[in-house]
Amino acid sequence: MIRLLLPLIVFGGLVGLLLIGMQTAEERKIVASPLVGRPIPNFELPRLHEPNISTSTADRLGEVWVLNVWGSWCQSCRIEHPYVGRLAEESGVPVVGFNWKDEQADAKRWLSQFGDVWAYHMVDFEGRSAIDLGVYGAPETFLIDQRGIIRHKHIGPIDESVLRDLLARIDRLKQEASS
Amino acid sequence: MIAELGQVFLSLALILALVLSTVPLYGAYKNRPALMAMAHTLVIGHFVFALAAYTALSIAFFNHDFTVTYVATNSNLLLPWYYRLSAVWGGHEGSLLLWILMLAGWMLLVSLLSRSLPRAFIARVLAVMGMISVGFLLFTLLTSNPFDRLIPGPLDGQDLNPLLQDPGMIFHPPLLYMGYVGFAVAFGFAIAGLLGGRVESQWVKWSRPWTLMAWAFLTVGIALGSWWAYYELGWGGWWFWDPVENASFIPWLIGTALIHSQAVTEKRGAFPAWTVLLAIAAFSMSLLGTFLVRSGVLTSVHAFANDPERGMFILGFMIVVTGGALVLYALRAPRIMTGKGFDFMSRETLLLLNNVFFAVSAAMVLLGTLYPLIIDMMGWGQISVGPPYFGAMFVLLMTPIVVLMPLGPFSRWGKDQLLRVVYPLLGSLALSLVAALIIVALLDAWSARAITGWMGGLWLILGSLHYLFDRKKTSRFGLPRHQLGMIMAHAGVGVFIIGVAMVESATYERDVRLTPSESVSIAGYEFTLQEVVSVKGQNWIADEARFAITKDGELVQEMAPQKRLYHRSGQTMTQVALRPGVFKDLYIAMGEELDAQSNAWSIRIHIKPFIRWIWGGALLLALGATLAATDRRYRLKQKQSASDGLSTSAASIT
Repeated sequence: MIRLLLPLIVFGGLVGLLLIGMQTAEERKIVASPLVGRPIPNFELPRLHEPNISTSTADRLGEVWVLNVWGSWCQSCRIEHPYVGRLAEESGVPVVGFNWKDEQADAKRWLSQFGDVWAYHMVDFEGRSAIDLGVYGAPETFLIDQRGIIRHKHIGPIDESVLRDLLARIDRLKQEASS
Repeated sequence: MIAELGQVFLSLALILALVLSTVPLYGAYKNRPALMAMAHTLVIGHFVFALAAYTALSIAFFNHDFTVTYVATNSNLLLPWYYRLSAVWGGHEGSLLLWILMLAGWMLLVSLLSRSLPRAFIARVLAVMGMISVGFLLFTLLTSNPFDRLIPGPLDGQDLNPLLQDPGMIFHPPLLYMGYVGFAVAFGFAIAGLLGGRVESQWVKWSRPWTLMAWAFLTVGIALGSWWAYYELGWGGWWFWDPVENASFIPWLIGTALIHSQAVTEKRGAFPAWTVLLAIAAFSMSLLGTFLVRSGVLTSVHAFANDPERGMFILGFMIVVTGGALVLYALRAPRIMTGKGFDFMSRETLLLLNNVFFAVSAAMVLLGTLYPLIIDMMGWGQISVGPPYFGAMFVLLMTPIVVLMPLGPFSRWGKDQLLRVVYPLLGSLALSLVAALIIVALLDAWSARAITGWMGGLWLILGSLHYLFDRKKTSRFGLPRHQLGMIMAHAGVGVFIIGVAMVESATYERDVRLTPSESVSIAGYEFTLQEVVSVKGQNWIADEARFAITKDGELVQEMAPQKRLYHRSGQTMTQVALRPGVFKDLYIAMGEELDAQSNAWSIRIHIKPFIRWIWGGALLLALGATLAATDRRYRLKQKQSASDGLSTSAASIT
């Protein structure tokens, strides 16, 4: 009996998993991080191109900025790359790279091939700070306001519509900051 | 107007599919020949309307009808006509339409080529496939209508993703879908077999050529995707273990197990229930693949516009199709007869091992793909598994398959002796080990990977050819096609393995900064950047770096990689320059402009040894399967339907 029902049971488990996955997919995207609305965790990381210089998330206090999580191993980052470039260009705020779990040589090679459109890169080789930051997977993009509060987070590659959404949000944050 | 027509055609196809999935089934149940025969007519109508709807969308694309939302988002005035036609499947809605057209096409073929099968059986097969079509037509019409209007229409459309504006991309999705949808035939046969009540293993024989063809299409589709990623993503890789790549690989692995278990079931009647399960699983995994790409559950390169509503629909559809099939299985499996017993050392055991390893591989890939979900759900934090997991696991699971594969054809059904099987192959084994060492020495590619890769690959090639010559000597009539096909496919795996081992162990990669007239030498080749010029295409402009490659002072090739900027979307694309070769590819990709004044560019150069063997091996696999599928023994003759399956000929299997 069990032998006959086993395939059905396994399939049931799979469906259950996918159902919960579906339900939480939106959650994972929208309330992507419990950190949205909270201050960005303070961590200090070396820069990619200047490993001697450490940069802290606190350095950017006082201005609106963007933190973009990427890795050379991440295919979707390759896809969103042109949009990150446009985000940096059209928003006028610093777009900082967060190079995640990546070999330095690979990361540099990737940048030299596709172009370095970021202000600079923080390197998190071990992935510890990424845990503090609540990174779900690359690519991810955080918007941080002038008080250092994470105001928005986008999970997954940036495309045309996400870009427009991010630009509008950045404009609002800039206005908020200047008023 | 054309869009409304397309909509009407789709709706008509849906109505026919609804009738098809009920009336012939009822006819088979009540034994009414007239109702059963209706299936054939319905299938023709269903195909005609699906084709008409597809043509309508193609016309809308061709004529730049931007009042159709789907056309406006996937095409523009500058797009060349061939990409306008392939843009039909460049997005979610249109690719569904292609799915439907292909399903309708497979159904038509089944209907035309299977007229000599028992009426009730073929009526059931077509009805089951009709149900699948109902599901996809409803999905399209309710959640993803490609004919939705956009009023007022924009003056110009957006763009087809530049990554998809490429010849490789024109053929990759259709072939992949042909494979996915082709498994619906095996599924239909299996379900019809279960529905038949008095369970006959005959259906296995009838479904074998269909399964082989579907598998061949899937193989070529996956290989094309890999080839495309290699030259289009500009990163030099050929497989990324991306969730969507995995989604096409899982049905492939199950399909591989299925074609082997079908052989056992057909010839010896052994593991019939398992064969039914694999047929259900292969198609279910194709559905799962469709689900993963469209639901937003996992993020991936391939992700179509994600929409939870669509995800829910496919999930619901999967529950009906797979769940229904498995319930039917649970009810009917006890009636499935079991075949002859077999000894531990026999061909059955070897094929069973094949099945175990392929099924486990499929399960592991599925697990790895869904792992981020599982981890997240268990509250263990959020982790992703990368290539290391898949790579290590695959080497582990495939090693026994490689070792055992050449033994299969030499072994006998039912009962055999290990020594009798191994003995004739000792020569090939020794030869492949020695030859591997000599070749690695000649190539100067000493590494554990290269050595084991060559050993394994040569063992498969020589072991398979050995069988070919052995049989040629003993049989007067030469080898039947299905055996030739098997040998070709097994040798293809060998070719593939050699390719992988060489690419993974002996690739040269260099990143250099070059200004015009500078050169760099890598592995004996001298790459000279002659000039960087601007070139213009129909819908893009590009910087083009012109290279001359020399070896020992002689010109080998001129190559011109590009960095393209697409007008409409503003996206830049790396267009790599390739010099393909049997033994090595030269590969140049342009990076960024480093200094505008001196015209310095960062340039990435690869030398990829034997990479063509990866796709060559895949092609041999597909050709082998096609050869086997067209064997005479599968050709249905009039009035040959009932008594043939019981013969236990000494002929071999796929």
